[in-house]
Amino acid sequence: MTETRTGRTLSVTDLSLVVLIGASGSGKSTFARRHFKPTEVISSDFCRGLVSDDENDQSATRDAFDVLHYIAGKRLAAGRRTVVDATSVQSDARRQLVELARQYDVLPTAIVLDVPEEVCAERNAARSDRADMPRRVIQRHTRELRRSLRHLEREGFRKVHILRGVEEIEGASVLTEKRFNDLAHLTGPFDIIGDIHGCASELESLLGKLGYVDGVHPDGRTAVFVGDLVDRGPDSPGVLRRVMSMAGSGNALCVPGNHENKYGRHLKGRRVQHTHGLAETIEQMAGETEEFRTQVREFIDGLVSHYVLDGGRLVVCHAGLPEKYHGRTSGRVRSHALYGDTTGETDEFGLPVRYPWAEEYRGRAAVVYGHTPVPEATWLNNTICLDTGAVFGGKLTALRWPERELVDVPAERVWYEPVKPLRTEAPGGHDGRPLDLADVHGRRVVETRHQGRIAVREENAAAALEVMSRFAVDPRLLPYLPPTMAPTATSHIDGYLEHPAEAFGQYREDGVERVVCEEKHMGSRAVALVCRDAEAARKRFGDGGTSRSSAAESGGGPTGSLYTRTGRPFFDDASVTEEILDRLRTAVGAAGLWDELETDWLLLDAELMPWSLKASGLLRSQYAAVGAASGAVFPGALAALEGAAARGVEVTELLARQRERAADAAAFTESYRRYCWTTDGLAGVRLAPFQILAVQGRSLAGLPHDEQLTLLDRLVEHDGTGLLQTTRRLYVDTGDPESVRAGVDWWLEMTGRGGEGMVVKPVGAVVRSEGGRLVQPGIKCRGREYLRIIYGPEYTRPENLARLRSRFLNHKRSLAVREYALGLEALDRLAEGEPLWRVHEAVFGVLALESEPVDPRL
Amino acid sequence: MFLTISTTGTPERPATDLGFLLHKHPGNAQAFSTSHGTAHVLYPEADAERCTAALLLEVDAVALARRGKGKGRGGAPDATLAQYVNDRPYAASSLLAVALSSVFSSAMKGTCTARPELPGQPRPLRIEVPVLPARGGPELVRRLFEPLGWTVTVEPVALDAEFPEWGDSRYVRLVLESSGRTLAEALRHLYVLLPVLDDAKHYWVSSDEVDKLLRAGEGWLPAHPEQKLITSRYLSRRWSLTRQAIERLELVRLAEADDTAVEEIDNAVEEIDNAVEAETETKERPAPLAVQRRDAVIAALGTSGAARVLDLGCGQGQLVQALLKDPRFTEIVGVDVSMRALTIASRRLKLDRMGERQASRVKLFQGSLAYTDNRLKGYDAAVLCEVIEHLDLPRLPALEYAVFGSARPRTVLVTTPNVEYNVRWESLPAGHVRHGDHRFEWTREEFGTWACAVAERYGYDVEFVPVGPDDPEVGPPTQMAVFSMRTVKEATAA
Repeated sequence: MTETRTGRTLSVTDLSLVVLIGASGSGKSTFARRHFKPTEVISSDFCRGLVSDDENDQSATRDAFDVLHYIAGKRLAAGRRTVVDATSVQSDARRQLVELARQYDVLPTAIVLDVPEEVCAERNAARSDRADMPRRVIQRHTRELRRSLRHLEREGFRKVHILRGVEEIEGASVLTEKRFNDLAHLTGPFDIIGDIHGCASELESLLGKLGYVDGVHPDGRTAVFVGDLVDRGPDSPGVLRRVMSMAGSGNALCVPGNHENKYGRHLKGRRVQHTHGLAETIEQMAGETEEFRTQVREFIDGLVSHYVLDGGRLVVCHAGLPEKYHGRTSGRVRSHALYGDTTGETDEFGLPVRYPWAEEYRGRAAVVYGHTPVPEATWLNNTICLDTGAVFGGKLTALRWPERELVDVPAERVWYEPVKPLRTEAPGGHDGRPLDLADVHGRRVVETRHQGRIAVREENAAAALEVMSRFAVDPRLLPYLPPTMAPTATSHIDGYLEHPAEAFGQYREDGVERVVCEEKHMGSRAVALVCRDAEAARKRFGDGGTSRSSAAESGGGPTGSLYTRTGRPFFDDASVTEEILDRLRTAVGAAGLWDELETDWLLLDAELMPWSLKASGLLRSQYAAVGAASGAVFPGALAALEGAAARGVEVTELLARQRERAADAAAFTESYRRYCWTTDGLAGVRLAPFQILAVQGRSLAGLPHDEQLTLLDRLVEHDGTGLLQTTRRLYVDTGDPESVRAGVDWWLEMTGRGGEGMVVKPVGAVVRSEGGRLVQPGIKCRGREYLRIIYGPEYTRPENLARLRSRFLNHKRSLAVREYALGLEALDRLAEGEPLWRVHEAVFGVLALESEPVDPRL
Repeated sequence: MFLTISTTGTPERPATDLGFLLHKHPGNAQAFSTSHGTAHVLYPEADAERCTAALLLEVDAVALARRGKGKGRGGAPDATLAQYVNDRPYAASSLLAVALSSVFSSAMKGTCTARPELPGQPRPLRIEVPVLPARGGPELVRRLFEPLGWTVTVEPVALDAEFPEWGDSRYVRLVLESSGRTLAEALRHLYVLLPVLDDAKHYWVSSDEVDKLLRAGEGWLPAHPEQKLITSRYLSRRWSLTRQAIERLELVRLAEADDTAVEEIDNAVEEIDNAVEAETETKERPAPLAVQRRDAVIAALGTSGAARVLDLGCGQGQLVQALLKDPRFTEIVGVDVSMRALTIASRRLKLDRMGERQASRVKLFQGSLAYTDNRLKGYDAAVLCEVIEHLDLPRLPALEYAVFGSARPRTVLVTTPNVEYNVRWESLPAGHVRHGDHRFEWTREEFGTWACAVAERYGYDVEFVPVGPDDPEVGPPTQMAVFSMRTVKEATAA
């Protein structure tokens, strides 16, 4: 409270709940009007009027205050200062307002207008609406006010201004102050540094690496420390000295960690347990001067729980902070900033379980924090934890802002044995937390970049859970599942159910000019994750698929994975998978793609042949069975008909029809046989890659298909083993009838020779129509003979075709786009280094959608 | 689909009497509309010495598939029926049996108004079914027809001559010959036994099917040595399949997406209507061992003093059922990844009819040990009875973390087969695992090493208990590890 000649200046924080206290007639409304914006002020009289049409109707008081509290709550939630203009002379009325301030984590401020009773009475008498207010009311107000004055701070008001007498009230002015945590005007650039825990030497190395010279950055950058400077490590005083000197000279900001907080209480003489490394700090500080210890105490005492920086784009605190606490000021906010949101449970190491607030964070500001040691600093929902366990032998990490670059130095040694290993072996433990059932189970909505929110129904998730849990490869090695693909619109050309003319037409309508027709290989869809070596696989994807013993035996662990469209490994024998990956890896190396794509892993979409390799069960139980049954039944039936005909029985038509059916059945057998051949080990196995989905740090799903195919051609060329097979293609201009005709001819020629068909894709890969929706990423046109395998041997008979043409494609098309968007999402999340559960969530969504009811022949 | 019925004759008893018996004139080809297509009857040969009637059923495969696609009533009992690629148009199944009974209904009843004496007379008969689906193989075909006085010729049909390594198909070519049976008897045998051999998920068996079976089986079925199998197969697939179809649809689609049969991915539970198979099952899992295992688990739970128990991988709920009978267990939670298993378990426990107090003790829900799960926290004990061997080894660490690291019950019981004991199962071929879905089976040493490592990592003590006869050389058939949590470390803030 400063006093000037002209009058007192009252400091009022920019986000606070200001409670004016004074008897009726003390001049609160006039004061409020003079010092605050009209919209900031809510008066009880006004609220009475709102609910009762009479500002003085005392019977409406309860409802009026409900409205007042409601409005005040809404304003505070939105971060707006609010001034309550009511008498507030009773402690009970104030208590409700203090609670309201706490609920919204803002400072409650009291301004008392203490005016002599006579003045109040005089003023009321001058107002027609209050002229008949009994004198005793004002007397009671004044009495209650006087009684309250001493208790205001204890009631919870963090600032109390008492103005006595008319003159002081008239002369007072209000000064709006910023909150301590609001440093939004500072734009850095910043270097935010994670938990140091007394690792002074690592800190010096990191500052050096960041470009600081004796605590000063030549480019004027500011260091920001996320707290936990002390405890456990070898030289907490050294760290404090450095940080305090940088902070003192304006080269650094620092927020408190729970360890400083506890040490600070120790320094103030409170009793605290000397556990979790505090004993080491106390011992190290014993060698320092009393003066230094005093400086440390004052430094810790002055730390602000969190900072809002860079125009509100950045929030730094120790243990993370949900958006509703940003820039707020309350004990709860401070506690959350220091300790995080603990659930009260403890985990297997006796450590508190923390509520995963970051998983639900959707705020605008990036939140940079520390507190919980993680193996790698990774972004999650615009939050990042920089505690990479330096004191536990991990590393000390800094984030450059606004560049968002990570800079780290390894720990010189394990300074302190962690109670809990930095990473668990469970999937996801590598980069955050293991996969949790809640990530995938039940009805879910997955947010995607390309298609907004995509819903997964409960029963579909349940089916996917079964397959994912029992048959899929380790989720770490399953970063993607391919989407289903819609067939072309049904053709009405005689004898055809599918024909490319429709596919070209559809893309033309979607505004896609250039498409590529890719030969459809006669195999099974396969996704291959191939890493440069086992070490690269482990580094990027964790210890996926490695049981401890088998990793030890093979001396490396898996170098990737090769799986089907539902995530099952192609080969039961891991060594066969490894051999395929090895051949792929050799080809990638020979083609120079590791360097060119700046990666040490590739994710490939491909077709694995022969079909009989994976589908042999189905082939035998269904396709070959039908072939066998039809092959065995017709000779006898035809002979019987011929015998009857020879006896003069009229069976001409029946006999002719059975001959046609026999021919259809034979054609069917021929069809499936084309997709079967005998393999021995890898001899006879072929892999045709048609898209590079992702490499380190990048999704390549948007790379145009012509560039994709050029890269893949080089890959195939450099394979000396005969495993890799090229994908034949033809580019078609959908607007050019000549080009379209060439495309149709190409398909006719290919399918005429028994080919499965082709897939038509926009050359631009990820393409949107004029209306902004995703166009189909591909449309399949299956060959006439191939479709016998799908629609039965006799589907080409005119009466059958006529019925089969009524097929409904809309659901399939919608499903294809939704699955595609989820697949793209998985790749984007993978590229951005998001934690496994985020990638898995999208991958799981694809599998779940695959169990939606849709005509399986489409 | 197709079959022929032939007879031989003499000038006194001409073979062409067959025409009278069948009520179909040998000089014409006749067509009859049946519910699944057109049946044609024609005679490739017809004279006094030899007469052959052929029944050809043209099934409309597209209509069959489209009908099968629907939901609810009238829908297919099994998704595979909705396949356009279907053996039904070619193989002799219940469709053919139905056609037989409708086209030759008088002959089957043994009535012949024109020549009333004929039906009662046995005559030489030869019946040929070129493509007969025969689940159980040629052996079962013989066991079914030979006791009825038929001379049986049965030849397997190869799956595909171009791929001899694929072996035989499930079809056989069947020839039945006898001179001591009447035509009516022959038709009734076929009417019942064709669907029994096919054993297919075919079309809904209507509710009066029991009467039909009794009528067609009159005079021969009660005395048939395979009566039980015949009855069971003929009638079994009525309601269980309805439910199965509904529960499995999502899974069926995932199987289709991957070109696999649903059986391949839905093998978490055994067939529920396997009354027949139970008899022929190998002795790999004699009932007593399963009971001994449950007893051992309950005994160990009792020792641990657990009241709130998780049965992780509860399957069809046998253990949950046993635990419910013991009042020491106040809360029993069965968790399985298979929704079908849970449905069966729920039916077994009669959850919907259970009293409120009893029902409040038990919960069943879907879960997966490949993920951590907050719902599993805070229990006294968890049982993993014959569960771990159903996981691929590389995915075992996820289960370890989910159970020992995240759920953290005080006591964990793990049972798994002891592979050393497999040599004692006479019926189990050397080197084979005990169940098709076992991804591994461990020796006592392997299990011990694993269990000790897990205990060490997660702060448990472990003891081993043999289950079943403890063979001095190869040990017990089942091995059990009992994990107990060491005293909890002081829980304070980091």
